[in-house]
Amino acid sequence: MDLAPSAEQQARALAVAELLAKHASPERVRAAEPLGFDGPLWQHVSARNWPDLDALLDLALVAEEMGRHLAPAPFVEVAVSRRLLRAAGVDVGVGDATITTLALHDSSSGVARLVPAGAVADAVVALRHGELVVVPIHGARPGAPVSNLGCLPIADCPVDGSDATQLMGADRAGAAHTRAVDEWRVLTASALVGLAAGALDLAVNHVTHRHQFGVPVGSFQAVQHRLADLATDLEGARLLARKAAWSADQRASDAPALAAMAFVWAAGAAHRVTTDSLHFHGGYGYTLENDIQLSFRRAKAWALVLDDPERELSRLGDTLYAVVG
Amino acid sequence: MDFALHESGEAFRSEVRVFLAEHLTQDVRERVRRTGTVHDWRFHRALGAKGWIGAGWPVEFGGQGRGPWELRIFYEECARADAPTDGLSMTLMVANTLRVAGTEVQQREILPRVLAGEVVICLGYSEPDTGSDVAAARLSAIRDGDDWILNGQKVFTSLAHEAQYVFLLTRTNADAPKHRGLTMFLVPMDTPGIDVEPLWTLGAPGRTNRTFYTDVRVPDAARVGDVDGGWDVMTAALTFERGGTLGAVRALEETVAWARTARRPDGSAVIDDPLVRRRLARVAIENEVAALLSHRTTWTAAEGHLPGVEGSMAKLFSSESVQRCTADLLDLMGTEGLLTQDQPDAPAAGAVEAAHRKAAVARIYGGTSEVLRSIVAERGLGLPRTRAAR
Repeated sequence: MDLAPSAEQQARALAVAELLAKHASPERVRAAEPLGFDGPLWQHVSARNWPDLDALLDLALVAEEMGRHLAPAPFVEVAVSRRLLRAAGVDVGVGDATITTLALHDSSSGVARLVPAGAVADAVVALRHGELVVVPIHGARPGAPVSNLGCLPIADCPVDGSDATQLMGADRAGAAHTRAVDEWRVLTASALVGLAAGALDLAVNHVTHRHQFGVPVGSFQAVQHRLADLATDLEGARLLARKAAWSADQRASDAPALAAMAFVWAAGAAHRVTTDSLHFHGGYGYTLENDIQLSFRRAKAWALVLDDPERELSRLGDTLYAVVG
Repeated sequence: MDFALHESGEAFRSEVRVFLAEHLTQDVRERVRRTGTVHDWRFHRALGAKGWIGAGWPVEFGGQGRGPWELRIFYEECARADAPTDGLSMTLMVANTLRVAGTEVQQREILPRVLAGEVVICLGYSEPDTGSDVAAARLSAIRDGDDWILNGQKVFTSLAHEAQYVFLLTRTNADAPKHRGLTMFLVPMDTPGIDVEPLWTLGAPGRTNRTFYTDVRVPDAARVGDVDGGWDVMTAALTFERGGTLGAVRALEETVAWARTARRPDGSAVIDDPLVRRRLARVAIENEVAALLSHRTTWTAAEGHLPGVEGSMAKLFSSESVQRCTADLLDLMGTEGLLTQDQPDAPAAGAVEAAHRKAAVARIYGGTSEVLRSIVAERGLGLPRTRAAR
């Protein structure tokens, strides 16, 4: 066991952090609202080939940094859909700024509902009547951004047009789609870990410098102990997301279960961390001018793009304990 | 990054499992259950014969020189099998301390017997008025020529009724600041003036003790470390204690096995209920988190760092989690979950009911959750200290 990122992974994480400090500052994150997309930022991210990294663990470590900065860029969706396209034999250019995304749920109804990055994508990959298709999104994007809690570029995407191209037939489409959604779970868990880590830093910084009753608020045990629990939950989320990514790279048999575990735990931890971090800011935390609200809204939104996390837990229960036959 | 345990570790795991299957007999389990004493001499001596009491010790001290990962595996397997290892872990804490701070005579006379499984050492830290504030101990040691005279009382002296020695925290200087007036002694339990009284616990059943010390005369040779230097010896010993445990692994395994065979009145298997599966899944996640935090502690130590914050997080999470999870596993069994081990129709032979009781103490011993949270907050997150620096 070795829990330290390699020198290469550390160097890359540092490069991502440096780029985002410049191009995904809180001001830029706010400016990208309500759509939740920053074009110049995306040019930088895609030009560095980060969405094209081979190992899911490498992608996960980048996703943590993206999450920490609340980067308004469809990193997770592009990375996951490109992996799926390549698995289907499509020649996807490395370093390309083209945005592809993945409809996370079965789209046989003809419209993929509230697809992540759907409002900014050039094409969407979807599972439809058992087959996997890619559907270009021409000209005008599906329309005005759908106003939402997390200022996410989600949109409904029609996938029943004649311009749909089949990527995989029914023989392997379902399994490939399932695996892609599992990868989305892992990378989103990683992004949520980064998001929560950033929020916890804000809270720790605030309670260290804010004085009440003549002492720092962070010297009160009522505050300290809750922050200690949050930091512990978060550390567990980080380890679990990284392990899930590593297991997927190893093609381990428990990789699907770990993907679900990582997602459910990260969703819960990010919710708890951001909610309490906002709370520890006192009244200022409730104002729009305070940055903690940016994390608070996204923590809930990034996870809910997939589904009710409790339903995910039910799925995991079926994966682990369903009686076969 | 690599989340796999080494292959040699997996080979060792198999060896431990074979050993446990052979020596953890129904007879041993039954005796532990009946007496509430989480120690069994025959089992303990078998560990000694196998060389595993000193598994992690350097070869020059008579150990096997096994690394932190093999030790982790050993303890994981013992926990999973519910092996009676309280005597082992307490004794090792003290023996590790003796290796560092003991006199040559203490090391020569006691350590080989520890390794052979002939000696168990209990911990005399807590007193009726001092728990987490352990440095406030009052049991007095007063010099009398070449001897010391001890007077006072300890509580939660687990295994005092089985141990050959007690590792005793005493007050040798009432005038010094509280951390600077303490001295440690290693006292044979058969010394005149020591009385042991059982103190029964919520375990199923569980026994610890009150111990009383009345004009107990010990030679200066029984002292460990400097006079008034006991706090440094204590804290050295505590670093051997923290590290995190498994989550509710055994309770989950027992519950899953029960749910696969138990039937509801309508004939369906309990595990066919999606609500049951979802709750099992939640426990499985928490167990995974507990294991990862615990592995991180081992990894930090293996990298040559002192895992103070990491160990505190691991112990905090796993002990809180075990409490939550055993309570939930008990709930999902429904009313039958109430039945205790002696009831033939108790689900999972009452193992979860017993685990639920025992879980209450995990958050208390070896650093209460409150002490650990303060460590994580102040040392880990760097928050301003709550108490004035002493």
